[in-house]
Amino acid sequence: MKPIVLLKRVIFAAALIPAAALIADAFHGNLTANPIEYITHTTGDWAIRFLVITLAVTPIRRLTGWNPVIRLRRMLGLFSFFYATLHFLTWFVLDWFFDFRQMAKDVAMRPFITLGMATYLMLLALAVTSTQGSMRRLGHRWTQLHRLIYVAAGTALFHFWLARKTVVPQFQVVLVAAVVLLGFRAWWTLRTRTRAHARESVAH
Amino acid sequence: MLIRNAPDIRFSEITPKSLYLRRREFLQTAAGAAIGAAAAAVASPFAASVAAQQKGQGTGHGSKLANVKKSPLSTTGEKLTTFDDITSYNNFYEFGPYKEDPKENAWKLKPRPWTITVEGYAAKKGTFGFDEFVQPYALEERVYRMRCVEAWSMVIPWVGIPLKDIIATYQPTSQAKYVEFVTAFNPAQMPGQSTRMLPWPYVEGLRMDEAMNPLAILAVGLYDETLPNQDGAPIRLVVPWKYGFKGVKSINKIRFVDYQPKNTWQVMTPNEYGFFANVNPNVDHPRWSQASERRIGEFLRRKTLPFNGYADQVASLYAGMDPKKLY
Repeated sequence: MKPIVLLKRVIFAAALIPAAALIADAFHGNLTANPIEYITHTTGDWAIRFLVITLAVTPIRRLTGWNPVIRLRRMLGLFSFFYATLHFLTWFVLDWFFDFRQMAKDVAMRPFITLGMATYLMLLALAVTSTQGSMRRLGHRWTQLHRLIYVAAGTALFHFWLARKTVVPQFQVVLVAAVVLLGFRAWWTLRTRTRAHARESVAH
Repeated sequence: MLIRNAPDIRFSEITPKSLYLRRREFLQTAAGAAIGAAAAAVASPFAASVAAQQKGQGTGHGSKLANVKKSPLSTTGEKLTTFDDITSYNNFYEFGPYKEDPKENAWKLKPRPWTITVEGYAAKKGTFGFDEFVQPYALEERVYRMRCVEAWSMVIPWVGIPLKDIIATYQPTSQAKYVEFVTAFNPAQMPGQSTRMLPWPYVEGLRMDEAMNPLAILAVGLYDETLPNQDGAPIRLVVPWKYGFKGVKSINKIRFVDYQPKNTWQVMTPNEYGFFANVNPNVDHPRWSQASERRIGEFLRRKTLPFNGYADQVASLYAGMDPKKLY
């Protein structure tokens, strides 16, 4: 088995551990005094963690030069979507229990819920178009569409920040990770452009 | 090639010298506690709870309080929230930002010996030991709803002393318009205080007439036992018609002042938290609705009541004031 295939399987299994732990906690009555809040926070935490981990794949490839690592990207992105879906369903089913009027009010009136919803719709669009077929059909527009992940990372972080009364350590960790990873990309893009520009100047 | 400088250590991350110098005290205490726990395990049938404390699993049950009389001011007909839930789901940032942190870390707090300093515009002032401070009063059980600003609620059988009786003892002068309460500041025992999460120490306050309302109490226990550390041992404020954050915990200073105290959450986020913080389903928090709440132990939300259901006793305090300003 190629190392990347093995790695992919290991990560797949590991990525399911938080969900399994949540189910185990539910069976053991370990969901705290406020289980709905606990499930909401746990699934939200993992959605945003996987989003940041997904953003790390390209920098890792560039830094290590190990190209096969790119094959992990879609799976990691889909795990972010998976936990975001659980997070959304927790809000939709457990928190409001199909009280559509209150939910609509919640989305319209509260910026952090609006942001969460917008983030989820973006992740949904990315998940739906994550297949090989979509990549072929959409061509270069697929790349453009999937740049949405940068916007989603921003709105997700903003949502997280607004959801808590204070800046919790958990938030600081994902914020720093996201800033470093996006900063790396910005620096990389800028450098590539400057070089291209320099080459053009020489050619003229 | 990506070469980074080592990040500078922020000033806030540098351990203050005073704390650093106390590390031995910590080691000694820890060692002493371990030996004590081992000895207790051999000697006492209550050792389990002592051992559990040392492992950081909360402070368990306190000692039984004697001669607690029932109060007619208690809320009736509501199911009490369990002792486990009241002591494992706490907002007490001095022990960490997450709900489970206080139970995990509160064993570090030493609620005895404890002093309470009374200062400001009052005839009687000074620093009093905890027992001296509470000894003059009869203890009352007060069952109250507790509504958190985060839209969850509990029903808690507090044991406490009417605040008005305590205030009467210290004879505030006519210049005293407000009472200010301050949580103890001791980062060695309250680890959250060595972060910059909130400006420390935690401060809360009441207008004098609010403090004199019969519903306001200083609680020293719950479920007929001394207050667990994570719930604000040894003494805390309970004002059931206000959001839970008004209930300042582990108080060691009470000041009679002529200004409106700057309460911690108002200082932290002035557009979201005010001074009065009266429970009001019609005034939403800027980031979430206050119209409904989740009672701990229940699945469906229930409607939030104005003044948390205590309007009959307290609404007159705010006659003529704009209710929108009472958040």
